[in-house]
Amino acid sequence: MAAKSKRVPVAKTYKIYIDGKFPRTESGRYFALEDKKGAVIANVCRGSRKDFRNAVVAARKAQPGWAKASAYLRGQILYRIAEMLEGRREQFVAELRAQGVANRAAEKEVDTSIDRLIYFAGWADKYQQIFSAVNPVSSSHFNFSVLEPTGVVSVLAPDDSGLIGLVSNIAPAIVGGNSCVVLASESMPLCAVSFAEVLHASDVPGGVVNILTGFRSELTEQFASHMDVNAVVYCDADKKTAAAIQVAAADNIKRVISRVRIRWPDASAQHPYLIRDTQEVKTTWHPIGV
Amino acid sequence: MAVSAVNAMHRLPDLSRVPVVDEVGVNERVARFQTRSIKSASKIEALKLILSMIDLTTLEGQDTPGKVRQLCQKAIHLHDSMPGLPHVAAVCVYPTMVGIAREALQGRDINIASVATGFPSGQAPLSVKLEETRLAVESGANEIDMVISRGAFLAGNYQLVFDEIMAIKEACGDAHLKVILETGELGTLDRVRRASVLAMHAGADFIKTSTGKIQPAATMQVTLVMLQAIRDYFYETGRMVGMKPAGGISQSKLAVHYLVMLRETLGNAWMTPEWFRFGASSLANDVLMQLQKQATGVYQSADYFSKD
Repeated sequence: MAAKSKRVPVAKTYKIYIDGKFPRTESGRYFALEDKKGAVIANVCRGSRKDFRNAVVAARKAQPGWAKASAYLRGQILYRIAEMLEGRREQFVAELRAQGVANRAAEKEVDTSIDRLIYFAGWADKYQQIFSAVNPVSSSHFNFSVLEPTGVVSVLAPDDSGLIGLVSNIAPAIVGGNSCVVLASESMPLCAVSFAEVLHASDVPGGVVNILTGFRSELTEQFASHMDVNAVVYCDADKKTAAAIQVAAADNIKRVISRVRIRWPDASAQHPYLIRDTQEVKTTWHPIGV
Repeated sequence: MAVSAVNAMHRLPDLSRVPVVDEVGVNERVARFQTRSIKSASKIEALKLILSMIDLTTLEGQDTPGKVRQLCQKAIHLHDSMPGLPHVAAVCVYPTMVGIAREALQGRDINIASVATGFPSGQAPLSVKLEETRLAVESGANEIDMVISRGAFLAGNYQLVFDEIMAIKEACGDAHLKVILETGELGTLDRVRRASVLAMHAGADFIKTSTGKIQPAATMQVTLVMLQAIRDYFYETGRMVGMKPAGGISQSKLAVHYLVMLRETLGNAWMTPEWFRFGASSLANDVLMQLQKQATGVYQSADYFSKD
């Protein structure tokens, strides 16, 4: 006789996040994510360059509207992301643990991520004052410089961090009015997909943040070479790859931002210069007097 | 048989005998067209063919002579840094802008299409429609895109619609006549099929889906139904009629799907700008970006292509 059947757990399908939707990868390819003992935790989308292309189209479409939103609103939305993340704290801790992070460290990482979102939310209506300037010039002009978002930012998130590295790179880009396309950590991709769900529930307009999972070896070149991307951020490329990114990025002279060897959980990893990295300075000469 | 075929061309056919459209079948067929695997070399050829089939269009209340000149420049210089590109088939403008387009396209092998007959609603008296058509032709249009009177068609007044098309066809003289059915206002595929049959028998050189002012504009479903009507009309009369889907086709990939559908419904004879057109404004740039991507391997940005 069969024993009383145990309930079958419902496993989550980890999909990618493009244009405010959760499609499967266009390529239909997946890779199995294993824990330390070799047991499969989840099947994860192996995103393709076409997924990346679609994500850039979405990011480009969403960027002007997002940049036009008031600084105050952008700050509120970032704060909202933090609130949503706080509410799903246990899930993120469990996912980090499943991917090999010790319990205490996982809790600390999630807490730090929430705090970091609050940190950047606070900067939303302040970075402009800090980095803008009125410039003395030797003619009768009122000369001032202000920041404008660079546009679409592609981010190769750090591989050695499941959540804090991701959050620390997304937040400064979007708080400044950019949209971004992010490649999640290859070895710890689960939190990135769940973080997309958090974004989805936080009034972040679709397309402002797009998150892909997949292999660095396949996608790095695309992230660097796409002509409609204005800046590329990388966090742990070796010298050879970094050089390749620089070369590929040269075609449309996109900004190349290197954030290697940063200890993302540390307080030293949060500063407003991360926001300025993906801003352009616009200087205006305004005639005064006669 | 041949004699009755000639007569049939200028008599309103019995529309109750037009085949009924199987909507589920159409949807399934359309879904199939979108699954064809197209290899790189074929894709490049298809993209170039699409460029050569485009009617570059501007039909806005805010059109100015400057805007029309700019559109003509775009038609002539699609993307000069890429050698070996075909030019578009035509530019499509309002009748008042035909003269300006004529001037701007002097000596170029690019046709000038003009909408007429109270575009886009078609709610104007016949005398006005004829006058407008003559004006467009006199100003130098070699293609006329007319709209049918949907109100009359939906009221069942087929004879009036039929006679109108015949009268406009006569006013066109040597200019090609494209008949816009405005399928978004017809409601069902059956009516699309009936309107297609009616327009072709009345002498249309092309049948066209939409004005672009009504949603939904061109869809693959209505285009397939119209292509099938063209095919059956060809079997019946031996006369080839062209097809122009217009409105809402802005992606190269979708345009390639249309070509697949054209190839598999009407065959190679129709795979030229003489028999198939895309009415579009932003499609050209997307095709150019895809061609550049094929050449360089790098995804492109609209920043590096002229505005349209």
